[in-house]
Amino acid sequence: MSITTYIIVSIIKSIAVIFVLLTAVAYSVWLERKVSARIQNRWGPTRVGPFGLLQPLADGIKFIFKEDLTQPYVYKTLYIAAPMIAVVFAISSIAVVPFGNSLDIPAFHIGPWTIGPISTPFQITDLNIGLLVILGITSMGVYGVALAGWSSNSKYSLLGGLRASAQMVSYEISLGLALIPIMIRSGSFSLREIVNAQQHLRWNFWWPFGTLAFFIYLISAYAETNRTPFDLPEAESELVAGYHTEYSAMKFAMFFMAEYANMVTVACLATLLFFGGWLGPVFGPPILQMFLPVIWFCLKAFFFMFLYVWVRWTLPRFRYDQLMAFGWKVLLPLAIANLVVTALWEAARA
Amino acid sequence: MLHLALFAFFGLICVAGAVNLLVQRHPINGALSLVVVMASLAGEYLLLGAEFVAAIQVIVYAGAVMVLFIFTIMLLNAGEEERTKGSRVAILLGVPGVAIGSLLVAWTFLRNANPESVSIGALLGDPQTIARLLFRDFLLPFEVTSVLILIAIMGAVVLASRPGAIVRPHGEPVEAKQQEKEGPQLVAAGREH
Repeated sequence: MSITTYIIVSIIKSIAVIFVLLTAVAYSVWLERKVSARIQNRWGPTRVGPFGLLQPLADGIKFIFKEDLTQPYVYKTLYIAAPMIAVVFAISSIAVVPFGNSLDIPAFHIGPWTIGPISTPFQITDLNIGLLVILGITSMGVYGVALAGWSSNSKYSLLGGLRASAQMVSYEISLGLALIPIMIRSGSFSLREIVNAQQHLRWNFWWPFGTLAFFIYLISAYAETNRTPFDLPEAESELVAGYHTEYSAMKFAMFFMAEYANMVTVACLATLLFFGGWLGPVFGPPILQMFLPVIWFCLKAFFFMFLYVWVRWTLPRFRYDQLMAFGWKVLLPLAIANLVVTALWEAARA
Repeated sequence: MLHLALFAFFGLICVAGAVNLLVQRHPINGALSLVVVMASLAGEYLLLGAEFVAAIQVIVYAGAVMVLFIFTIMLLNAGEEERTKGSRVAILLGVPGVAIGSLLVAWTFLRNANPESVSIGALLGDPQTIARLLFRDFLLPFEVTSVLILIAIMGAVVLASRPGAIVRPHGEPVEAKQQEKEGPQLVAAGREH
């Protein structure tokens, strides 16, 4: 594959993945509204399009036309930059997530040109430190929240921002430590190799240390994305709206998008690391064999998005001191103990 | 050629961030410039081929240490820097002094420089190599460093739990003698607003 073909294919892949991610973010809002409505025994959006499917479009248009207030005493530069920081880091981590095996297009002719056989993985880029890159990007996402809370120059925002960033930093630790046994088992940080180590239904979820790692990861990820039961920093009854109190229209929509994009990243990571990613029964003609793994991946990621919404509308939220105590005194020792036992077990086995 | 271009790109961002850190009057802007410096250093590590170190630089330095810096600035509600006569003199003497000093250092390095240069990705920076070095060849320094960090954590906990370490919620100041013994105080958030 020549360098020109490689560049064009990469650009097309990036555009396609970002388009799909942004659509997924918009429709995860729809999913949340529908599922929460059904859990609460009501309908949810039904007016705009069949089953309310055009509701995200209506919401997008509303956000564009809403009045964009800027309070007089905010710290202007950071006030405007904070939602952008949040969105940039939330969307970037999809760059290293693999969706399937590889896309093989045989050579074909358009007029006088021959577009050569293209074989490209279903992934924007396969880094050999892919998992570390995702952890790094999520740890940079704390800046959006902290700076938004501070620059809004208001009591509720400052407290909400401080609480949210302290919570995110605390649970990042147990998130990272919970994933290390997976790396020990797979022998690599590359996400593609971690999935390939789970062939033949040897998923990390039912590897004994992997089950505990999965639950620690899930709880830490819920706290990391500020979702119930850990959403005190943005709870309406507690802090008005926490760090995004003073934001309106498009800036608020950017925070909203960042939160759901983080959820999508967590869901994708959970399927890749614990549930075998795109592995599943593959059959049929070659073109079906190429796209069936992608469908399995999407189904598993969708299950995790549904789980996010399900947990949110079922459980009450933690009080802030309970939340921090749980993170530091329960999850962190559990994650460290899991790591130590896994390391000893693997060392004794080798 | 590409190596030089990328090195110059990351190097310029790094130096620009560092200079901006000194020039900015508000500490938050300085802290954010320091984040830019850390991130560009991670880019330089990637150029050397130390990808693991680059990732850890972003995760630990830019993503945790600097977040705590920004926490402190937000909690202390540090205002803008004031330019006094003493600081103007310092700028007048300091900037040429630093320029001369760095020129001297650069001249010394270039005089004794190795004519060959490192190519992109020359180092073996993969996690396996680093693990072998840390846990086999340099095990003792590694363990001693972790004990040092444990001592620092214990010291921080002891300092923070001393009787006068936290200002009381109603804003009563801690006694002057105690205040000069303790370090920076935790101010109840939002008190000033």
